[in-house]
This record gives sequence, C-alpha cells and structure tokens, in this order.
Amino acid sequence: MLVRPKQGILDPQGEAVRVSLRKLGFAVGGARVGRLVDLEVEAPSSDEAKVQVERMCQALLANPLIESFEIEVEGT
Amino acid sequence: MSIRPRIAVLVFPGSNDDRDAAWALGALGADAQLVWHAEEALPRDTAAVVLPGGFSYGDYLRCGAIARFAPVLDSVRELAAAGGPVLGICNGFQILCEAGLLPGVLRRNRDLEFVCRDVRLRVERTDTVFTARCAPGQELTIPVKHGEGSWYADEDLYGELEAAGQLVLRYAEDCNGSVGDVAGVCNAERNVLGLMPHPEHAVDPLLGSGDGALLLAALVGAARERTLALA
Repeated sequence: MLVRPKQGILDPQGEAVRVSLRKLGFAVGGARVGRLVDLEVEAPSSDEAKVQVERMCQALLANPLIESFEIEVEGT
Repeated sequence: MSIRPRIAVLVFPGSNDDRDAAWALGALGADAQLVWHAEEALPRDTAAVVLPGGFSYGDYLRCGAIARFAPVLDSVRELAAAGGPVLGICNGFQILCEAGLLPGVLRRNRDLEFVCRDVRLRVERTDTVFTARCAPGQELTIPVKHGEGSWYADEDLYGELEAAGQLVLRYAEDCNGSVGDVAGVCNAERNVLGLMPHPEHAVDPLLGSGDGALLLAALVGAARERTLALA
C-alpha cells in the first residue's frame, strides 16, 4: 500500500526534495513524498485481501487527517 | 499536612525526558513514579499521568503511532475517562493525538528544521487544571525541541476546537507552522492536555525560565485535590 500526504496538505519533505532536484538542474515542478508498505497477507481472494489492508490503513498505517492511501493487490 | 500526590510518568522505549519530568514534578511536590510502557496497570493511587518527550519506538511509521498500543495506555484511558488529569509533552502530545485522546495531529515542521530554543507562548485559556494558575493572555517562555511539532487540524475541526475553547496555548512567535500557531490543545472535557513545549525544562530560573513550573505546579495541585477527594 502507498501512503501519500493528502492533496492540499503542505508536504515540507516533498518541498525539500523538489528544491534539491532543481538545484541539480532537473526541471521538477512539484514533489510529494509518501511511504510504501509491502504486506504479505493471507486471504481467500484479492478482494478480501484488499478489505483487510483497508482496515489496516485505517487502524494504523495511515493517519486519515493528513494522509491518503492506495492499495494494490498482487496474487501469488 | 500537604500530601505528595502520585503522578505516573510513562516510560516508552525511546523516551528521553521521563526523568526530567519526574524530577520537576518531584521538586513541585508530587510523588512522581516512572512507569514502564508494558505495565498493565498504573501504580495504586495514581492521581495523574504525564506522557513525556522523546522518540517512543523510534518514531517508526509516524510519531506516537506505535506507542498508542502500549499496554499501559488502557489504564491511562480509564484514568482520563474518570476525569483524571493527563498531560502529554512533545512526544507525549503526539501519542495522545494518535491515540485519539486529543484532536488533530503533529506533522513535520514547516521548514523541515529541528526547532530547539526558548519560545514565547500565550495562554489562551485558563479554564483547564493545567493553566489554572496562569492569567488569561499571559506570556510564558518555555523551550521547544522537536522536528515534528507542527499541529494540524482541517478548517472544520479547527473552528470546532476554537469555539469549544480547546486551543489552550499558542506560540506568540513563529515556531513550526502549526495551524493557528497552536502549541497546546485539550480534550472536550478539559482534563487531557498536550503541548509541544517542555515545561519540565523550565522549572528553575537558573536554567533560563521558571514558567513551566506554573503549568506543572497546577497539575500537581489538581492531582493533590483528586487524591484527597478519592481518599
């Protein structure tokens, strides 16, 4: 799952990355820094896995006041 | 005879202001007890709780996010629900927000700097047990030292908190980008307060300021009253 600073929320870390990249000569208009969490989940289906991870995000992995999250499920 | 009320100072792996807090509370007349995070219960007759500064659980994931699952936190919730005073300082404030005991969240400082200096604060509300000994609008000088102390609430929540008088302390100068320059917030019942500045580092004018003692002595006083009331 991928956690991002919510749209419209100041992201000082992303801003520092943007400024640094510009100093290196890259034409970067904006940068947002989030967090990637790889989880191994046992579930009968990918839908069920997604539901579980959604609950994990709400309980711990993201703070809904300032962060949004996206979940991607890969089956094995 | 004046009794020394028992105040629990929680200790998480990574706490580093626990002993300063215990020392300051002791100097102000409390029986301060360090309580390890894995304890299931608070010491008998605990009248108040302080969550100290530091970097509990290495600040992994988000500051305070993991500490809220510490076994001892259930007892803290019970004490808070029963009206007992709970004070969160710096990392303690972050933990109380993540635990849902206080509104909002602490984010990385706007300018990405670790801010470490004395700041001036304005007491906005004196109707909490923590600020009862301050005058409305009084300025206090208390040090801050944090990298993630920029308090945030969205517009709706901010408006609700302001209307309810829960924004207890504000920075009287630019500090970290907190919404509304908020430095300290209390819960709706007004018995749980979190603040980023460190009153335990400002209890002796010899070390720069004694203003923190105003807040901590009020907490000790409230803990004493509670102890007597429950006896």
